[in-house]
Amino acid sequence: MFLIDCPYCGPRQQTEFHCHGEAHIARPKDPDAISDAEWADYLFNRSNTMGVFYERWVHNHGCRRWFNVARDTVSDRILAVYRVGEKRPKVTK
Amino acid sequence: MTQKFRLAEGGRINRDRPVRFRFDGITYHGYEGDTLASALLANGVRLVGRSFKYHRPRGILSAGAEEPNALVQLREGARTEPNMRAPQVALFDGLTAESQNRWPSLEFDVWSVNSLFSRFFPSGFYYKTFMWPASFWMTYEKFIRNATGLGKGPVGKDPDRYEQRHQWCDVLVAGGGPAGLMAALAAGRAGARVILADEQSEMGGSLLSDTSEIDGSQSADWVAGIMDELRSMEDVTILPRTTVSGYYDYNFLTLLERVTDHLGEDPDGKTPRQRFWQVRAKQVVLATGAIERPLSFLNNDRPGVMLAGAVRTYVNRYAALPGRKAVIFTNNDSAYDTALDLQRAGAAVTVIDVRKAPRGARIDAARAAGIDIEDGRVITRANGGKRVTGVIIRDLDESGKSVTGGSRSIGCDLVAMSGGWNPTVHLFSQSRGKLRFDELLAAFVPDKSFADERSAGACNGSMRLSDCLAEGLRAGLAAARDAGFNVRKAPTAPKADEAEVGATMPVWLVPSGKRLGRGGKHFVDFQNDVTAADLHLAHREGYVSVEHLKRYTTTGMGTDQGKTSNVNALAIMAELQGVSIPEAGTTTFRPPYTPTGFGAIAGRNVGAFMDPARLTAMHDWHVEHGAMFEDVGQWKRPWYYPRDGERMEDAVNREVLAARSAVTMLDASTLGKIDIQGPDAAEFLNRIYTNAWLKLPVGSCRYGIMLHEDGMVFDDGVTTRLAKNRFLMTTTTGGAANVLTWLEEWLQTEWPELQVYCTSVSEQWATVSVSGPYARHVVGSLTDYDKLGPRDLPFMTMAEMKVAGIPARVYRISFTGELAFEVNVPRRYGLALWQAIWEAGRKYGITPYGTEAMHVLRAEKGFIIVGQETDGTVTPMDLGMDWIVAKKKGDFIGRRSFARADTARPDRKQLVGLFTEDDPHHVLVEGQQLVEEVKRAPPMKMVGHVTSAYFSPNLGRSIALAVVKSGRERMGETLYAPRLGGGRPVKVTVTDPVFFDKEGVRARG
Repeated sequence: MFLIDCPYCGPRQQTEFHCHGEAHIARPKDPDAISDAEWADYLFNRSNTMGVFYERWVHNHGCRRWFNVARDTVSDRILAVYRVGEKRPKVTK
Repeated sequence: MTQKFRLAEGGRINRDRPVRFRFDGITYHGYEGDTLASALLANGVRLVGRSFKYHRPRGILSAGAEEPNALVQLREGARTEPNMRAPQVALFDGLTAESQNRWPSLEFDVWSVNSLFSRFFPSGFYYKTFMWPASFWMTYEKFIRNATGLGKGPVGKDPDRYEQRHQWCDVLVAGGGPAGLMAALAAGRAGARVILADEQSEMGGSLLSDTSEIDGSQSADWVAGIMDELRSMEDVTILPRTTVSGYYDYNFLTLLERVTDHLGEDPDGKTPRQRFWQVRAKQVVLATGAIERPLSFLNNDRPGVMLAGAVRTYVNRYAALPGRKAVIFTNNDSAYDTALDLQRAGAAVTVIDVRKAPRGARIDAARAAGIDIEDGRVITRANGGKRVTGVIIRDLDESGKSVTGGSRSIGCDLVAMSGGWNPTVHLFSQSRGKLRFDELLAAFVPDKSFADERSAGACNGSMRLSDCLAEGLRAGLAAARDAGFNVRKAPTAPKADEAEVGATMPVWLVPSGKRLGRGGKHFVDFQNDVTAADLHLAHREGYVSVEHLKRYTTTGMGTDQGKTSNVNALAIMAELQGVSIPEAGTTTFRPPYTPTGFGAIAGRNVGAFMDPARLTAMHDWHVEHGAMFEDVGQWKRPWYYPRDGERMEDAVNREVLAARSAVTMLDASTLGKIDIQGPDAAEFLNRIYTNAWLKLPVGSCRYGIMLHEDGMVFDDGVTTRLAKNRFLMTTTTGGAANVLTWLEEWLQTEWPELQVYCTSVSEQWATVSVSGPYARHVVGSLTDYDKLGPRDLPFMTMAEMKVAGIPARVYRISFTGELAFEVNVPRRYGLALWQAIWEAGRKYGITPYGTEAMHVLRAEKGFIIVGQETDGTVTPMDLGMDWIVAKKKGDFIGRRSFARADTARPDRKQLVGLFTEDDPHHVLVEGQQLVEEVKRAPPMKMVGHVTSAYFSPNLGRSIALAVVKSGRERMGETLYAPRLGGGRPVKVTVTDPVFFDKEGVRARG
């Protein structure tokens, strides 16, 4: 079970959190201006990264805030935790 | 019966506390401090079980968690537990145990004929024999279950209590042997918060079986001194009888503490049987010791063939003599300790050492004691049936692969074997540490750590006591330091006088002089009856990967998970492939280390505590009035209220008819309610819902549907504008939590510029929905009737007023299609309001109704239920609800997806109604498929499925809702609904999904 350092609450058990998949997928500003294929890409396609992966977590049994996590999918090590709106940090495994 | 094999003195047993126990119906005596295994040995019981496949007689092999043979059915009735390892079962007065896997008795077992037919039970036996024809599996399975020793599960409900503890610590030490004790002491002295856990009844590990001296005192006395100091430390938690069972991410470990198993019963009615610990440790020290390997010689499974270290434990720790005439068979030095201790205990001893001319202090000591050492020889065969009676020995040739010279027979009643030691790397491996193969030990040892842990002692490949003590000390200090403690005064490592350890000479498969598979069996995995011949067969059949080999031959499976067999099997396989052992690889070590009962894992979360039950303020009233309940999410909702002797369908019909002819009341408190506030609240709803919200007047209600971004319906409900910047959203009962999360997700991650705040208020309100032609009369009699008039409180509006003297919000919304008022009051007034409405409604014959009648009423009106008519693949247009999708308001979630080719297809499944044609009383089944054309057998082209089906008492016939391809173009068409399990398919006519009051005038009245 992960120990996740919530940027608002501090380290807590993984059972307090939910993972909501890949981070930094912005909703297209003008959905009508893009093709069906581009819209489908936004809707359905997610990267399946081996290595450093940026993902969204929510502390749903805590502060209920969303934040982002950089996790190495090979080692399951959490390399960085940062708030929504912050730039994705450069991390090394 | 007397304990014929109990030594006159010694052992860590309490001779002042004799204990009676029963094994296979016979009463025996032992002492407090015994295990079931040691007490059986002391009583001269050697045959304790039958093997899994061949039903061969088996005895006790080991003295610990690795035991593959001596598995018993412990205790009786609801407390019975199968596959308990006799060496780990603490003896208590009144203990009962039964041997397993035999019928009708252990001495005479009919299934032992399997042994004669063993050529029919080769590797992959299950795959080859029982998989075809597939339909016969049912027959086979019954046969196999009867014939194999999986034990019996308890029949009754588990009467015991289990607890869970969540804990953190600076240093967790797994294992309380010499290394673990030193680690705990070092970390404890540094001030760290320490948990020291060991699976045994007392700390000390190998020292409890040892006769060596540490710092000039007997090892057991040295342990007592260390324990005194550890107990005096406030921040050190000592957990005996506690197995560290799993090592997970981020130093999260699970521990199983057997709190009262050794007592037989809960001493005070308050103590749990077992406690399941979930520990987060900053640092971990693994001091889990080593497990001895058997030697694979012919008939090495005869009762009386035991591991040498285990024999030593029984002699020294339990004062139980496993045999009077012993043969020690070894490829390393450690078994010489057993030889000496056995001799001291009065047994005659011969040592067979596979090594030619072994040298070292231990060997010298054995010679000096007059023990006969047959070096460069092997046991080619063990004799005997239900117990070993002797061995045949021959010279091992230089290759180590075959025997030469003449054979000699030695009579014995005990063979103590040692094939070397495997460090217990299970937890290390679970923590993702990498192993390496140590040639000197001929075993896998920890190499690179992954987690914040260290291995110390035998589990790290250190087999000398002095090294274990020093390593434990270093590991404890380093762990404390890494956990943030200043280590000022480090204790010094105690001194232990101990001989050098010579090299192990692996002989993975002891030659018998005959072709493999002839003249007996070389067992590699005792528990699963896997022989060396099976491994050879698997190799010939092309199994190369160790993981495949494991599954094909079943090596390393079962309750012991190959603790004694895995490395031996791997080595034999590597030899066959002509590769080194590390090249052949290892299998994965998975938690738990030893089997863990579900009771402990579940803890107190059973029965009513398994999931919280959410009850409305009116729940007790429903119970008193005989309601049947239905679970909706975690809520208990009244399903229907049967009167005396009434069947469900009659009760539901009565409730449904009352709603359209008189007046009814429903507890609607469970609907999700979210208070949405902020200057951008209306704009937010405009983006979340498909319809327009900016211009909704204060005090008005609007039905809304929300979609996921793929355009599919995900929840619905009525939302009311309470003030310019404040709305109350209702959601489905089961969807409330998900909707709140959904709203917060958009506000936090995509639209942080919107100033909107969402609060769940589902639990704050109690809701009574009064529905039916007399609804206004009933509610009006409890408030100012004039405020409820069609123009004062029009359909889809809300007003605040007092009802029965209680401040209330009254909504004119309707899910039944009738005139309806939903009265909302603070939860604490819920029951009072309900009772007031019940009293006021009596003269109108008010009828309480449950969710079943609610479903029928809404289906008569063609109202959807999210999750019933929708399944995540249904758009509002599919539901015929184009009217709720705003065309001009701009973007909202899911809108763009309507233009996708798949979403815009004209042949999507659309919501329709269905009438059964032949029998109007026949009610279809939800989920029933619909076809255009019936064929004799599937496949048939499916065009849709039934989503809801009921008998409608108002229509006097059955109705159904369904989704059907291009359904709206099929009005009047006939379709067929094939029935599960055969029978004539039901003929149905496609109709409009609104069956009653199509114009919707009744609700607006």
